[in-house]
Amino acid sequence: MTAPLLDVRPSGECAHCGLPVPGDRRADADAARFCCAGCETAYAIIHEHGLDGYYSFAERREGRVLSSGRVFEEFDHATFASLYVRTRGDGLSEVELYLENVHCASCVWLVERVPFAIPGVMSAELDVGRARARIVWDRSRTPLSQVARFLDSLGYVPHPFRGARAERERRAEDRAALVRIGVAGAISGNVMMIALAIYAGWFGGIDHAFERYFRWWSFALTTPAILWPGRVFFRSALGALRNRALHMDVPIALALGAGYLHGAINTVRDAGPIYFDGVATLIFLLLVGRFLQQRAQRAAVDAAELLSSLAPATARIVRNGTVHDVPAEAVLPGWTMDARAGDTIAADGVVTSGVSAVDLSLLTGESRPAPVEPGTKVFAGTVNVSAPLRILVTETAEASRLGQLLRQVEESARRRSPVVRLADRLAGSFIAAVLALAAVTAIVWMVRDPSRAMDNAIAMLVVTCPCALALATPLAVTGAIGRAARRGILIRGGDALETLAGRGTLILDKTGTVTEGRLEVASWSGSDATKPLILALERHSRHPIADAFARAWPVAEHLEATDVRETIGGGIAATVAARRVAIGNASFARTHLVNPDAVVARVGDPRSRLFVVVDGAFAGTATIGDPVRPEAPRAVDALRRAGWRIEILSGDEDGVVKQAAKVLGVSGADARGDRTPEAKREHVLAALARGPVVMVGDGVNDAAAMAAATVGVGVHGGAEACLATADVFLARTGLEPLVELVSGARHTMTLIRVGIGVSVAYNVIGAALAFTGVINPLIAAVMMPVSSLTVVLIAWQGRTFSRRAA
Amino acid sequence: MSILYVLVPLALGLVLLAVGAYVWSVRSGQFDDLDTPALRPLIDDAPSPAKREPRDDGIAKSGR
Repeated sequence: MTAPLLDVRPSGECAHCGLPVPGDRRADADAARFCCAGCETAYAIIHEHGLDGYYSFAERREGRVLSSGRVFEEFDHATFASLYVRTRGDGLSEVELYLENVHCASCVWLVERVPFAIPGVMSAELDVGRARARIVWDRSRTPLSQVARFLDSLGYVPHPFRGARAERERRAEDRAALVRIGVAGAISGNVMMIALAIYAGWFGGIDHAFERYFRWWSFALTTPAILWPGRVFFRSALGALRNRALHMDVPIALALGAGYLHGAINTVRDAGPIYFDGVATLIFLLLVGRFLQQRAQRAAVDAAELLSSLAPATARIVRNGTVHDVPAEAVLPGWTMDARAGDTIAADGVVTSGVSAVDLSLLTGESRPAPVEPGTKVFAGTVNVSAPLRILVTETAEASRLGQLLRQVEESARRRSPVVRLADRLAGSFIAAVLALAAVTAIVWMVRDPSRAMDNAIAMLVVTCPCALALATPLAVTGAIGRAARRGILIRGGDALETLAGRGTLILDKTGTVTEGRLEVASWSGSDATKPLILALERHSRHPIADAFARAWPVAEHLEATDVRETIGGGIAATVAARRVAIGNASFARTHLVNPDAVVARVGDPRSRLFVVVDGAFAGTATIGDPVRPEAPRAVDALRRAGWRIEILSGDEDGVVKQAAKVLGVSGADARGDRTPEAKREHVLAALARGPVVMVGDGVNDAAAMAAATVGVGVHGGAEACLATADVFLARTGLEPLVELVSGARHTMTLIRVGIGVSVAYNVIGAALAFTGVINPLIAAVMMPVSSLTVVLIAWQGRTFSRRAA
Repeated sequence: MSILYVLVPLALGLVLLAVGAYVWSVRSGQFDDLDTPALRPLIDDAPSPAKREPRDDGIAKSGR
């Protein structure tokens, strides 16, 4: 290795990541210094394998190296292999991994050096834009977990890329689209060139033999354009007709077919106009527009897929007293699963030991964790909150309640009808109109002045070339989607923008969407002197309510609690500063009160209230709730002004939902609680009868409803399933991005309308000029690109989703 | 002007070659990732590891 060691940095900079080195690690004056043990390990590994060249890339010092330190045992599991690993023709294995923390040239360098470091690895190729590495290795020589550990030790935490199969299909689709565009472009360029010769011949004079020659050539060139790239339009139009549906491709296919046939007949009979240049150019531009649009949407899809790849895919399985990491998909009924506090439960099962609380919000939307004890059924996707649990697995991942919900989601997504795109719809009828207009022009001039009939008909065809029209929508939508993505709003389809720009019903989920999605202390009715006692008690609890107290009352004074007793589903009691303190729900407080009935009767709705008892006497109550986000009322107001009818739909208690609705100014009748995921879906389907429905949610409990809605919007922190169905994903928290989304969508639609308006106006004026014989084909040919340019400029200038527009 | 009877087919023949080359480049995956290859020239030291795709024998020829 030729690169020198660049390790000795002058001051307190980490030799690996370049961050400042904390004082206590600066003992060695001469040696390379590191900010943390992780960097030191990574440095040692890089050095050991002779990869010091890494440090010559200055760019790499953007991020900090953080390795997870996991064993990646599950990467060697048979189920992992069957899911993610492909065996190639030559006997080697191939896997696509998503790597965290990939951002620059040095990452490419380092990752692609893996074959040097680990024998048995043939190649490692990194796609830096998508942070995806393709590893080819010999499974009989090296386990994949070794590769994974190596990548992890360098700070690139690997995850199996879950969309690999879909990605391969998409790549093939992309390549086919590019080939079609290239072929169509080459053909349209050459047909245009030949057409120019014919047009020029109308002025300079042309030998009839040559004209016929050129006409036959354009016929010969356009034929493959129709048969190969143009086939997609005919195929999808036929498919639509077979399903008795009218699709945007039907008029396009009609116009292309009619134009081509007409031109073919005129070529054979050697008289009349041919439309081959228009036909070929239209095929090309329509394909380009579609590809651009697809490309921008793909960025959003990619982002959602990365997020889903990041979700935990392992279950901790207990076998013979030791815990193994196993892919979640491989878990079988009858196994025992270990779930630490904070773990997501990987499969449906029954608790065999341990007492804890489980956060069900993913499935039900309920904000308060439910207590579990041996015998309680728990579901995949829920989170174990407070204490370790052992769970006997009863269902495979597929058969779990989560799996069934996901299937329902997929079905709804498939049933969703395609939205007809405005420009494509227009383009079809537009071409029919142009053909008719050209014919009328030719006939009218045949009567008035036969010598100019051909000229004017051709000028008409040229000046009305619908390039601008075909470009207006894709350009505006592509720009909007790209800029929105930079603002943390990922839009998966232009159709969503069309719906969001209109008006209809907007349904908000409560937990995590309107509210913070975590418990907070809403009010406290006791004296401040009691607070330290409560805090001392709650420090011993891992229940979310304990966190809520710690956040609400940050104090310096720490009291010690002894003899702590926690009753799951009740409360907690302990001795603090020689006093007996108890906090809990009404029935729990009763057991600690000397005179219970007098106190509990005094306080209203006890459901979300905690009672504090000190030495047998009532000392106050605290209300615990999931507070509405501070900016939510303003956001809801803005959405309402934009013409949306706001409703709230939640799986949480009806009373809690109604209360949140009151804060937002939503009437009680439009706020519905206690809804199961299935009921939410029913509600959305019913609301669809009144017009478009936008469903905003964050959990699996909303996923089915989101898929059923016209547009589903997933908010930050949501579950995978919700991301999979969302048409729009908001990568920022809160409701502000939702407001931005709606205003950006309106802005985009305005821009599209302006673009279409300009190009139509241009074409109408041009058509009028051509019809009256004011312009000849050459002037028309000069005028044509001007309209396209105008539309491009409009799309470029309309800063949708920019800071200013929002 | 009868030279056109030669020139037009000739020009179109060249177009056919170009289109053929383009189709080949797309199908061999050269347009799949447009970001990373731009960074590869920065990697100048070290011999190429096993020339990436050992297609026939399955084992890297140069190895380590």
